[in-house]
Amino acid sequence: MDVLQLLVSGLANGCVYGLVAMGFVLIYKATEAVNFAQGDFMMLGAFICLGLTNPQFMGLPFWVSVPVAIAIMGVFGYALDLVVLRRMSGQSQIAVIILTIALGFVLRFVAGLIWGHEPISLASPIAGKDIRLGGVVLGMDEIMVIGVTLAMTIALYFYFNRTKLGVAMQASSQNQLAAYYMGIPVKRIQSLIWALAGMVAAVAGILFASKGSIDPSIGLLGIKSFAAAVIGGFGSLPGALLGGVIVGLIEPFASRYIAAGYAQIMPYLLLFVILIFRPHGILAQVHQKKV
Amino acid sequence: MSVVAMKGSAAPAMADDVVLSVRNIESYYGPIMAIRGVSLEVRKGQIVSLLGANGAGKTTLMKTISGVMDPEKGQIIYGGNNIAGASPDKVVRAGIVHVPEGREVFPLLTVEENLRMGAFIRSDNAGIKRDEEMVFSYFPILAERRHQAAGTLSGGQQQMLAIGRGLMAQPKVMLLDEPSLGLSPLLVKEIFQIIRRLNREQGVTMMLVEQNAKVALEVADYGYVMELGRIVMADSAERLLQSKDVQEFYLGMQAEESQRGQKRWKQKKTWR
Repeated sequence: MDVLQLLVSGLANGCVYGLVAMGFVLIYKATEAVNFAQGDFMMLGAFICLGLTNPQFMGLPFWVSVPVAIAIMGVFGYALDLVVLRRMSGQSQIAVIILTIALGFVLRFVAGLIWGHEPISLASPIAGKDIRLGGVVLGMDEIMVIGVTLAMTIALYFYFNRTKLGVAMQASSQNQLAAYYMGIPVKRIQSLIWALAGMVAAVAGILFASKGSIDPSIGLLGIKSFAAAVIGGFGSLPGALLGGVIVGLIEPFASRYIAAGYAQIMPYLLLFVILIFRPHGILAQVHQKKV
Repeated sequence: MSVVAMKGSAAPAMADDVVLSVRNIESYYGPIMAIRGVSLEVRKGQIVSLLGANGAGKTTLMKTISGVMDPEKGQIIYGGNNIAGASPDKVVRAGIVHVPEGREVFPLLTVEENLRMGAFIRSDNAGIKRDEEMVFSYFPILAERRHQAAGTLSGGQQQMLAIGRGLMAQPKVMLLDEPSLGLSPLLVKEIFQIIRRLNREQGVTMMLVEQNAKVALEVADYGYVMELGRIVMADSAERLLQSKDVQEFYLGMQAEESQRGQKRWKQKKTWR
């Protein structure tokens, strides 16, 4: 029984890691740069939703705030690419990476200015509710995190494989030059991928916030998600989710069966092992990229 | 200044059936001037071959036409408009499709998805479906492999896919860059037969860049020879095949008085 609860809470954490990891992978596949602000995107999405819905701020209904927050993050991602990153095309990827690290600091600072540095809880209608299955008590919030992540993954799968724009996104990331030759507006597609990464981050943030209180430093969870993305196979969306779930599951079981102090190390230890024995990650899509 | 007019062949400055006219184009790769004032014309329904050694500027010229590179100077007249410097998607929408050197398929997408991406600029689903069947009728092997990832195809099949993908955009003019690259002689023959059929049956005007000069001239109606960013010869394909210079330098045949070892552009005054 105990095991089931650990499993569900680990899975729920893992789903959040997985969603952030998917954001990393989306950006990496589209631009070959790593967006180290992805965790802070998640934080920002969570705070925007909180700012919209919490009574001490705007007090809008929860189910209105969620789509609005997701949309704002989409616009934010699109605008970031359009206004800042597109001007950096032709620069080395390192420049983009450093820019995203700096952006992370800025976002944390701005969020602290607006919403303060004290932990706040999102006024979510499902917070604190339980589901009882026989003798097991499962948090409603955790079940929802798992359910939404599952739905999100399926939606993304269909988007990337069944819609013209989704396939075009894949095409531009696989061979940018050929995409240009086919008349695919590669630059606009890249901006749209940033928008998508922002929206996925917002969903992750809202889910994370519905499980407990948040403060501007939660974006640093992005580091753990980055490890998850590498474990799963950087460049593979299912791999990112899988890596996230693995990291999420390791933590509660390690602290339960080994010692609480070791739980924090376990994801990185696993990262180490994976990098040695399977450097491309578990579900890597390895193909030679033409220069 | 038109090279075409200079050669005195039956090509006035701008005839009615000229679909694509390149005028005094200059393009740079960074500081290097890769195209040094090129003018040429492509007539409707023809296959025009562009010959020349590595680094002559053939691919750069094609990239400039398709909008992947911007020219520094000059005009590219197509459909009554100057398309020099237009973005690639505008050029594709206008009806010029560039099938790049080295195939450049989308390796993880299936054959069918690759073809659909060729039709990215279109939204007439019935027409796309019909053109897909048309492509499959020319390249039956692609129909068999339609659900296979393009990266798993052989080189020849990838070349067929690249041509098929280009056809999906309903081009009026197709720019084919080195379709024979890395293929066996038998496959080269097959590909060129299909190129000829596409030109005759689908009415696609073709501009062909080739290092394999013999094959390229046999299939072409007209030919241009480029050297170091300039056009040095322009004539009908038959006459180019007979030309001593072309025979010696591009077909590997021995001319009567060999001038091997000399710098090519110094051989004749007219080549400048």
